[in-house]
Amino acid sequence: MVSEVKSISGSSIPLVGNDIDTDRIIPARFLKCVTFDGLGEHAFADDRKALNGAHPFDQPQYQGAKILVVNRNFGCGSSREHAPKAIGDWGIQALIGESFAEIFFGNCVANGVPCVTVDAATSKKLLELIAANPQVNVTVNLETMQVQCGDFTGNISMGEGARNMFVSGSWDACGQLVAQAEQVKATAVKLPYMAWNICDKLE
Amino acid sequence: MNKGTLFDKVWDLHAVGMLPSGQTQLFIGLHLIHEVTSPQAFAMLRERGLKVLFPDRTVATVDHIVPTDNQARPFVDTLAEEMMQALENSVQEHNIRFYNIGSGSQGIVHVIAPELGLTQPGMTIACGDSHTSTHGAFGAIAFGIGTSQVRDVLASQSLALSKLKVRKIEVNGTLKPGVYAKDVVLHIIRTLGVKGGVGYAYEFAGTTFENMNMEERMTVCNMAIEGGARCGYVNPDHVTYEYLKGRDFAPKGAEWDKAVAWWDSLRSDQNAEYDDVVVFQAEDIPPTITWGITPGQGIGVDQTVPSLEQLAEDDRFVALEAYEYMDLAPGQAIKGTKVDVCFIGSCTNGRISDLREAAKIAQGKQVALGVKAFAVPGSERVKKQAEAEGLDQIFVSAGFEWREAGCSMCLAMNPDKLLGRQISASSSNRNFKGRQGSASGRTLLMSPAMVAAAAITGVVFDVRELL
Ligand code: SF4
Repeated sequence: MVSEVKSISGSSIPLVGNDIDTDRIIPARFLKCVTFDGLGEHAFADDRKALNGAHPFDQPQYQGAKILVVNRNFGCGSSREHAPKAIGDWGIQALIGESFAEIFFGNCVANGVPCVTVDAATSKKLLELIAANPQVNVTVNLETMQVQCGDFTGNISMGEGARNMFVSGSWDACGQLVAQAEQVKATAVKLPYMAWNICDKLE
Repeated sequence: MNKGTLFDKVWDLHAVGMLPSGQTQLFIGLHLIHEVTSPQAFAMLRERGLKVLFPDRTVATVDHIVPTDNQARPFVDTLAEEMMQALENSVQEHNIRFYNIGSGSQGIVHVIAPELGLTQPGMTIACGDSHTSTHGAFGAIAFGIGTSQVRDVLASQSLALSKLKVRKIEVNGTLKPGVYAKDVVLHIIRTLGVKGGVGYAYEFAGTTFENMNMEERMTVCNMAIEGGARCGYVNPDHVTYEYLKGRDFAPKGAEWDKAVAWWDSLRSDQNAEYDDVVVFQAEDIPPTITWGITPGQGIGVDQTVPSLEQLAEDDRFVALEAYEYMDLAPGQAIKGTKVDVCFIGSCTNGRISDLREAAKIAQGKQVALGVKAFAVPGSERVKKQAEAEGLDQIFVSAGFEWREAGCSMCLAMNPDKLLGRQISASSSNRNFKGRQGSASGRTLLMSPAMVAAAAITGVVFDVRELL
């Protein structure tokens, strides 16, 4: 279950707008499912319908993009992991934005999809360059912490913990957490409340 | 860096160790699950051949997809039925405590855990739902998580997390009549912004919160997530303890006294250090209502929709989107806006005190012609209590529908939905585009009393004129 995520390269897709919430990324009706399969086609379903073909996810020049460029507070709202699953299933392998909502960010980590942040000037520059030349190759490099877009180079950031998980291939935390089961139990017995509720109620 | 806060103390007590990435492995004391975000987590466990490490620390209920009118099984909606069965099978397979429909204790996960006494001070709590922040009202540290993390908690009773900063949000003074906990939190979010809390836990402190009952504190913590904060909390005090005492899962006898002493020790120290402090005055807070498509787009009920010039440059793009989507113009008064649907309920405002406040306004009045109004209790227990107090009769005689417990039109994964461009007055927590089940439906967030006022007048109304 280990695969290192160090650098993602490809064409990108710009999505302008602040505070784009997870209800917009994947409307709640598509959460009626017991698997995550096939969510990609429903990414931004209502926004796309409202724009009638003019949404970047529908525009021919952005098909096949691997990197999604957004603005501020992307992925706010609901904790639904269906949101990164839908974006990932559509083909996105990395996101660049001014900021990301935390639960969304964590869900992306758990799926091996890095979300890196840039300052407002860099995001503006990237969005302009991509709109001018949709085929331009963009590289997100988690080792140098830089983004390359054609001739332009900019700095990117990400919390150290998350970055280490990607670069070392340990973004799927489950195995590491399970391996510490004995320490988990040792921590639990020291907590007073473990003795006084639920457990005895189950008998 | 924060030091000596409740957040720090609870974090340190639950830290299992440091992961190679530098993140902390944090023990989770209580794990709550529901039907929408858990099926894939159980499937992942199965795929990896993992077991549930502490089955007795996970508690399940159903809320999001359950119809609040006809609950006969199988559900009419076959996808909803499939999700119900997936959860029923998983809890049985893994021996997980489950409050199903008809158990007497089913309801919205953030309503039932506190009322059962499962939620306690000093705990770490996780749930595959962003409004898990609600439980912070008890002085717990409660995180909303995604489905992969639900898997992690099932398998290891722990999460990989980075520590948060702590912002103290102090509100002092007495709220004016007609101003409720909902207005306080809408006011805070309006001021600090929907991303103001990113990277932070919010500590709600000051005399206004000290004077709130537990249900009011839950309303505030519930919406911490709408302010971008991963969690929010209030330090536990005698109000917390009085609420908890005698509840199903609360400690009893000698253990109760030990518990209170421990809970007291967890309160933020007098000289605790915070990364940031913001202070509000309760008297400055008006009945607050959202006009746009984010919970931060709020105004006082007697104010007008802000113009671009009145907004920070950062907020203008989403304001433009909001004018268009909501069909509201800058400078327009929000009061008097016609509403089609009035919804009282949700994990923000579906508790007994919310129903009581709304019923006070509705009593002896009639829902305006052409308005659909309904009240949805947050849990089976809330419903029973409301009926014992005759609140259901007040609502029904006023022309409201009285429903079974569930999330209902908060996110409309069930039959309760807006149609077309209908506009709702809603006591829930999100006014996102399409949130209430119609891709063009519109939501105005407000307190339950304000929703009741809208229902009987047919327009956005200032509840203070009805008191
Ligand atoms: S009431 Fe709304 S916000 Fe609360 S858990 Fe249900 S759907 Fe989520």
